[in-house]
Amino acid sequence: MNYPGEHLWPGLLGHFLIILSFVASLVATIAYFKSSNARLDNEALSWKRLARLSFIVESAAVFAVFGIIYFIVSTHKFEYYYAWNHSSKDLSASYLFSCIWEAQEGSFLLWTIWHSILGLILINKAGKWEAPVMTVISFAQLCLATMIIGIYLGDAKIGINPFLLVREVFQDAPIFSRQDYLSLESMQDGKGLNQLLQNYWMVIHPPVLFLGFASTIVPFAYAIAGLWKKDYTGWTKIALPWSLFSACILGLGIMMGAAWAYESLSFGGFWAWDPVENASLVPWLIMVAGLHTQVIFNATGHSLRATYLFFILSFFFILFSTFLTRSGVLGDSSVHAFVDNGMNWQLIIFMAVFLLPALFLFFKNYKQVPHINKEEATDAREFWMFIGSLVFFLSALVITYQTAFNPIYNKITGATTAAPEDPEFAYNKIQIFVAVVLGLLSAIAQYLKYKNTSRAYFIKKMAVPTLLSLIISLSISIWGGINFTKHGAGFLGAIHLAIFASVYAIIANAAYIWSGLKGNLKTAGASVAHVGFGMMLLGILIASAKKEVLSRNNGILLNFGKESKENPMENLTLVKGLRTDMGKYWATYEHNDSLTNFGNINYFKINFESKTGGDKFTLYPNLIRNTKGQEGFSNNPDAKHYFTKDIFTYISYASTIDREKDTASYKPYAVKLNDTIFYSTGFMVLNKVTVNPDNDKYHYTTGDTALMAEIKITSYDSSGYLARPVYAVKNAQVAVLPDTVFSQNLAIAFTKVLNDKEIELQVKESGKMIPFVSLKVYEFPHINVLWLGTIVMIIGFVMSMWRRVKQYRSA
Amino acid sequence: MKKTHIIILVLIAAAIAVLISFTGNITTYETVASARQKEGKFVRMIAKLDKTQPIQYDAIKNPNFMVFTAVDTLGQTTKVVYHNSKPTDFEMSERLVLNGKMQNGQFECKEMLMKCPSKYKDDPNAAKKNLTTN
Repeated sequence: MNYPGEHLWPGLLGHFLIILSFVASLVATIAYFKSSNARLDNEALSWKRLARLSFIVESAAVFAVFGIIYFIVSTHKFEYYYAWNHSSKDLSASYLFSCIWEAQEGSFLLWTIWHSILGLILINKAGKWEAPVMTVISFAQLCLATMIIGIYLGDAKIGINPFLLVREVFQDAPIFSRQDYLSLESMQDGKGLNQLLQNYWMVIHPPVLFLGFASTIVPFAYAIAGLWKKDYTGWTKIALPWSLFSACILGLGIMMGAAWAYESLSFGGFWAWDPVENASLVPWLIMVAGLHTQVIFNATGHSLRATYLFFILSFFFILFSTFLTRSGVLGDSSVHAFVDNGMNWQLIIFMAVFLLPALFLFFKNYKQVPHINKEEATDAREFWMFIGSLVFFLSALVITYQTAFNPIYNKITGATTAAPEDPEFAYNKIQIFVAVVLGLLSAIAQYLKYKNTSRAYFIKKMAVPTLLSLIISLSISIWGGINFTKHGAGFLGAIHLAIFASVYAIIANAAYIWSGLKGNLKTAGASVAHVGFGMMLLGILIASAKKEVLSRNNGILLNFGKESKENPMENLTLVKGLRTDMGKYWATYEHNDSLTNFGNINYFKINFESKTGGDKFTLYPNLIRNTKGQEGFSNNPDAKHYFTKDIFTYISYASTIDREKDTASYKPYAVKLNDTIFYSTGFMVLNKVTVNPDNDKYHYTTGDTALMAEIKITSYDSSGYLARPVYAVKNAQVAVLPDTVFSQNLAIAFTKVLNDKEIELQVKESGKMIPFVSLKVYEFPHINVLWLGTIVMIIGFVMSMWRRVKQYRSA
Repeated sequence: MKKTHIIILVLIAAAIAVLISFTGNITTYETVASARQKEGKFVRMIAKLDKTQPIQYDAIKNPNFMVFTAVDTLGQTTKVVYHNSKPTDFEMSERLVLNGKMQNGQFECKEMLMKCPSKYKDDPNAAKKNLTTN
């Protein structure tokens, strides 16, 4: 059948380019492989020429594929499933990019693109390592191309083609029996971008994170090249900037995700130990371990075997995270993994084709990899750096086990195990000790010299920073109000210990820039990164341990004993216009407004007023209407940022949610002046009827036709209220403007003028009339220390990278 | 034996101890009947909202108190008390994971995971329902 209005050429071209990228990366892999193994120079060179050409063709093809998807989405070609399911007409240009990485296909493509860019840089810079390193990267490109190739081999589906049409995805839907299906209402707009992803972090976080993912392949590829070419040591110096780059960007991407979770998701924090978060943290931890052992090797000749293992596993855990988040095994245990797309076997094979050959090469060459038999001295820097790397690595393994045990165990055995009662604490109680050890080690290790250190030197240099850290951390512990008793005294003790360790890391590393490096900032990258890392630890500790729920109404909530600790009453209801006691603050819900043209975001204006100081501010937490045809809303927080704390709030419930479901109905009454109507908790009297009222509420003039009834309401507790509904006629149209008395749950409408001196009033009693919001309000103290620490750490990485690049360029 | 080896062994032993203690802490998914058998013990109960029964929630009186009835796949029902606000699209939920414990014949729910037709995920079947001819 022929369907008018479809644009088929972008899809055909796009799919052709995907197949081209598949073939080109296959050719590049083989040619680079041949070039690496060639015995003769000119043979190697001619293979390399072919390989480079293929890789460039492959790169051009994936860029073009990306461009075509953007074209389809941005020009709203809703005959394509990608545009139809992931975008809509109301999205701004930056969110159109988010649509591309909302789906699995797009995020694979993003990954491929970063590999291409890294590959092109390596072609320029890697020199004699180009052929073996690029063999690995071309092979990864080949595997990634299969993820979006979308072909069938017999019954097995290989990859998902991003250029499918809606009618190809839902072949049996009756709508496609019509030639003109594109003109139907349901094809006029897409299902939209998930409401939670409509956030600026979602534009920037995925590209950075995927660059981090992609970059882990470079140290991996160098390690493989070293084992394969039996040049075990030649790569460790030139690859150092790449490991620094990878740790830097992956760390940045993870923290951007944390910022996104903090700002736009209502998980109540920046980190929830969600499997998707853990899956990207684990490769970073191992990359950092590998980075440190690599530095040790370059300086002393120790730890090369560990370096190989860490780089292999860091990349493997990237693949494993891909499997975890995309295979659907996480199911109930994560809120934001992808669903099973029927690609599980493909993802498992993807892991195996990298892990098995890599481990084979590693163990086959294990004996030949140089190592020093004599052990490191306990007063040598490399000894403690190695222990630190090992702690990073074990921490990564423990997190992996905790994340993946239940879903995988259940998948295999059919059991129904689930996370512990308090899943976050299950991680925190272990990782806090990791933080203690790493904080202490990063403080001390730089003051030790490689090989061995004289005791006098060490004590002299360490004394002042140690004393200073003790004073500062004790001040925080004593006067900082760290009182996190939820998990008992032991955990609180660990928090205090970790505060000391992180303060120690900050001060000792900052001091080292002067006392150890004589203020030479060129070589201070590591110290700066360690200061940043210490600040991150400190920020995490204080912001989490001192996170405080502000939205409690202390008037109602007395001490409920043990239960109140377990069931914190975290929501507070604010009735519109009513100034409400909220602990340290007065809170008032002013009004709500839809600011977008499509009415899909509803902002609530909440005023806060500090009880002690004159501090006043307004926050606009909002509700976003769910996209993709879902009913209901998602909440989107707002926060007031201070230098020392954040006040963070989101809507947990609002009367607007219920409004559509108000089932109470109006009851009519015919009344004359001074007649009385009774309602469930009082009575009302019609006092007078005014023609064309001009008062504080209505402004009618003599040219209008409007009647206002004035009704005096008396409740049984003798409170008096006034209601003023209006009946007006304009351009032969009747307008009924009801009035409401929230405290009595009353709505009164003036609906008809009956005969002389008699009017019809309609009265409704409903609990759902009062506009209100229920809020959660948290205070996160010193969260800026975490964000600032992240920036400092990134700067430190960049400084180190800069120095290493220059160093080995001149070498 | 080298010092490094000793430290490695100690660390690995610590890691294993941690893993074993973690495995001891893991919970299980239960039905209403099996959760009743484990009265007082923290479980994760998989059930649905019983839409034939009323949901009791009045945010003005108390935004932290909700009572509803849950029904599992075997048809067993239980009253659930949840000390938090009603999730925004609770009535639309298809499946609930209720974390808490049975106490005095009712389920004291501490935390609730809602599975909506597709809240965070792309569910092609949900999208397909939107493909109507009108």
